[in-house]
Amino acid sequence: MSRRPEHQAPPEVFYNEDEARKYTQNSRIMEIQSQMTERCIELLLLPEDTPCLLLDIGCGSGLSGTVLEENGHMWIGMDISRAMLDVAIEREIEGDVVLADMGEGVPFRPGSFDGAISVSALQWLFNADKKSHQPVKRLYTFFSTLYAALSRSARVVFQFYPENESQLDLLTSQAMKAGFYGGVVIDFPNSAKAKKFFLVLMTGGAAPLPKALGTDEEDEHNLQVKYARREASKRARGKPLKNTKAWLLEKKERRRKQGKDTRPDTKYTGRKRSGRF
Amino acid sequence: MKLITHNMLTSKCLKGVVTGYPLAINATNIKVTEVDFNPEFISRIIPKLDWEVLWRAADSIGHSDGLPQTIEPKFEENSDFLKKAHKVLLEVEIEEGNLVCPESGRRFPISKGIPNMLLTEAEVQ
Ligand SMILES: C[S@@+](CC[C@H](N)C(=O)[O-])C[C@H]1O[C@@H](n2cnc3c(N)ncnc32)[C@H](O)[C@@H]1O
Repeated sequence: MSRRPEHQAPPEVFYNEDEARKYTQNSRIMEIQSQMTERCIELLLLPEDTPCLLLDIGCGSGLSGTVLEENGHMWIGMDISRAMLDVAIEREIEGDVVLADMGEGVPFRPGSFDGAISVSALQWLFNADKKSHQPVKRLYTFFSTLYAALSRSARVVFQFYPENESQLDLLTSQAMKAGFYGGVVIDFPNSAKAKKFFLVLMTGGAAPLPKALGTDEEDEHNLQVKYARREASKRARGKPLKNTKAWLLEKKERRRKQGKDTRPDTKYTGRKRSGRF
Repeated sequence: MKLITHNMLTSKCLKGVVTGYPLAINATNIKVTEVDFNPEFISRIIPKLDWEVLWRAADSIGHSDGLPQTIEPKFEENSDFLKKAHKVLLEVEIEEGNLVCPESGRRFPISKGIPNMLLTEAEVQ
């Protein structure tokens, strides 16, 4: 069975009282969440030494919010789990919290926030936990109302756990459709443990994405540019996509070179069989 | 829920609602806690607020005493004004009660200080 929490239950069920308490008392979780929040703040590029009003999306028990406070900012959080928010209140956070589902939209007035962060929550939007849930629609509703709630030139940084490449595509395309510029920054892309994904969205026109951490000098260029461009360059660099005709021809050529018995290439190579055999 | 949040919060996610602002407040329990005063933050936030909405919200829950009805000129240098704004924005909190959508009349309950803005499937746009 999958160990991903999103596959186990809807968020408001998964983050019940027990889980909320366990989550918030685990010193390892606390440390990881606060490190990732620090990195989100760094990527936000807020004006220096200026106390800002920030939105924390999927704020949970306020571990990420506490880091915002330590950095001198005021925050408002939204989360779908009552149990997580109750723990946040118990912890006497300085921020203020609202029970809300990001997939239903961001319920704030235009231009309210100087920026927004979201730590380990965005992957939940790919769930369809109710009959009426359509992930693509919920993503668009979320991004478009988020865009409206931000002041111009504000950024949003999401640390999240994508499951596959198509989720990255879907996120970036829905965010762009809602008016954002930006892309995915991948820190430590070559380390299974330290690898972290950050979706960085900007409202104020196209600007270069921030640099990723832990990438080789020469690789750097390819690894942290916009996600879409990274994909394209991978294709350009060599290997054809799996199961295409080009891929099959290359594979047969390799086998021939290895002296293996290989059928000759014909116009039928790599075609779909009609299934009549 | 603090009044700074109330000043930003809307019910516009409801199907059929256009602006959903400002939400009316019915409070049955209010609490005042002390919060560190940060004059720089308050000065920065004031231009972003709808001050009239703030004043009315404070008034509707009995906390408008001494709060000017309009933003004073040169407020950045007026520490007395900033302190009053600080108090209503961050120290006064609605613990129990509800918020009412000005367009649809839909009520959003506030319990233990947390407003519940979750919608039913039929209310989602
Ligand atoms: C791993 S926790 C992270 C909490 C906090 N950001 C932190 O760093 O400790 C993920 C949070 O996302 C929230 N969440 C999941 N889906 C959500 C949704 N649709 N709307 C709002 N919050 C959601 C969960 O309830 C949970 O509190």
